[in-house]
Amino acid sequence: MTEYKTPMMDELEKGPWPSFVTELREAAKGSAMAEDLIGQMEKSYEEKKGLWKHGGIVGVKGYGSGVIGRYSDLPEEFPNVREFHTMRVNQPGGWFYNTETLKKICDIWEEKGSGLFNFHGATGDIILLGTTTAELQPTFDLLSEQGFDLGGSGSALRTPSSCVGPARCEWACFDTLDLCYDLTMAFQDYMHRPAWPYKFKIKISGCPNDCVAAIARSDLSIIGTWKGPIQVRQEAVKEYAASWSIDRYVTNTCPTKAFYYDDEKKEVRIDNANCVRCMNCINKMPKALKPGKERGASLLIGGKATILRSAFMSWVIVPFMKMEPPYTELKDLIGKIWDWWDENAKSRERIGELIYRKGMPEFLRATGLPAVPQMVRQPRANPYVFWDQDDLEK
Amino acid sequence: MADLKIGDRSLALDEDGFLEDAEEWDEEVANAIAATEEVDLTEEHWAIIRYLRGYYDEFQVAPMVRKMLKDTGKSQAEIYELFPSGPGKGACKIAGLPKPTGCV
Repeated sequence: MTEYKTPMMDELEKGPWPSFVTELREAAKGSAMAEDLIGQMEKSYEEKKGLWKHGGIVGVKGYGSGVIGRYSDLPEEFPNVREFHTMRVNQPGGWFYNTETLKKICDIWEEKGSGLFNFHGATGDIILLGTTTAELQPTFDLLSEQGFDLGGSGSALRTPSSCVGPARCEWACFDTLDLCYDLTMAFQDYMHRPAWPYKFKIKISGCPNDCVAAIARSDLSIIGTWKGPIQVRQEAVKEYAASWSIDRYVTNTCPTKAFYYDDEKKEVRIDNANCVRCMNCINKMPKALKPGKERGASLLIGGKATILRSAFMSWVIVPFMKMEPPYTELKDLIGKIWDWWDENAKSRERIGELIYRKGMPEFLRATGLPAVPQMVRQPRANPYVFWDQDDLEK
Repeated sequence: MADLKIGDRSLALDEDGFLEDAEEWDEEVANAIAATEEVDLTEEHWAIIRYLRGYYDEFQVAPMVRKMLKDTGKSQAEIYELFPSGPGKGACKIAGLPKPTGCV
């Protein structure tokens, strides 16, 4: 085994924080792959460019996705990372494991791959970093025996991902874990067998705090919300009033000025019609306030990072939908969205970009959704109204 | 990946087993690549292969999966039955089309 001189990587071990370089060195004690990875990374820093080839198509039988091919640009110099493929493994809902399961994954990966992981990637999956083409199928078989399956990659449905939801959080407006599991099982084929113009991501947050950042990172963002008034417990308001300034931390930071605090009575009043669900008051006064009683989710469409067009945040298409098994209304809508997108999109065009190109009216006609005021992305910003010919003839 | 040996011919393959030079493709080559994928080519396979090559000749690009399913009348599951590595890694490789480029 070569011991590479790595002055630049060494820098990344200095400082009080955990270092991935330290982890790599630890792994390199038992893995020639990790050792060559260190060597190639140092060279990358020297040359200021990535030394992986672009693309690569590898996989396991019956699957079109879940494995991402990686080949070194310098296979002679770093033979142990000549092939360094990534496997995406579907994470359990809410990322809950027991130690036994984690140990099993670690044992498999130490035997079959580099022993290096990301827990978890941006899609939510467990990312197994680095193995050879020959070890892909055997690794998959072992993971399979432990009850694991691959996640999505390429032009497929990416592994749906959700926040911890009601398992650990009192704000969850519906069972995010159950919905995530249900959609994952219902849409297996779409995940494992890429058939679309491009990727499609679904992320699920139980409340508007949006802990999985669904609004910024998913084509279909499902974000918990409620109807009706925020529930207020005035006795608890008095306790907060005794220890800190409600006006300073809550009243004055309410974005729509919908929060009123009466310092004489030590009571809170909320103008619920003007509440935009920013969660600030609820987060600041969790003992006094909680989401309204009628709970469900808002559906938003089109979030993505920059590719054909700039980064988009998702925008509302359904202001409120009940989220209860078997989620038929949601699945029907998803089906319609996919049909329209798959039929109309150019290669590498995300749903948000397609709507941008074709216009919201066409999207609404295709999906049968009614136009509602909540869809306006920037209220009061656009004075023009475009009428459809049918509307004019009415 | 090692070169593909067919009789006294030796064809260069890239890491993923795709032909480096698409011009070298013929039916014998298809059979040899199919063997690396553990696929025995039947008339059903050939129908797909001919379709892919025809499409590529016309448009210089592989069809999108949806287009391929519509044109061939096959379902996604049937394609994976025929080509277990799928339409890209399996069918396009055997048909001698250039490697599909894609994002992870």
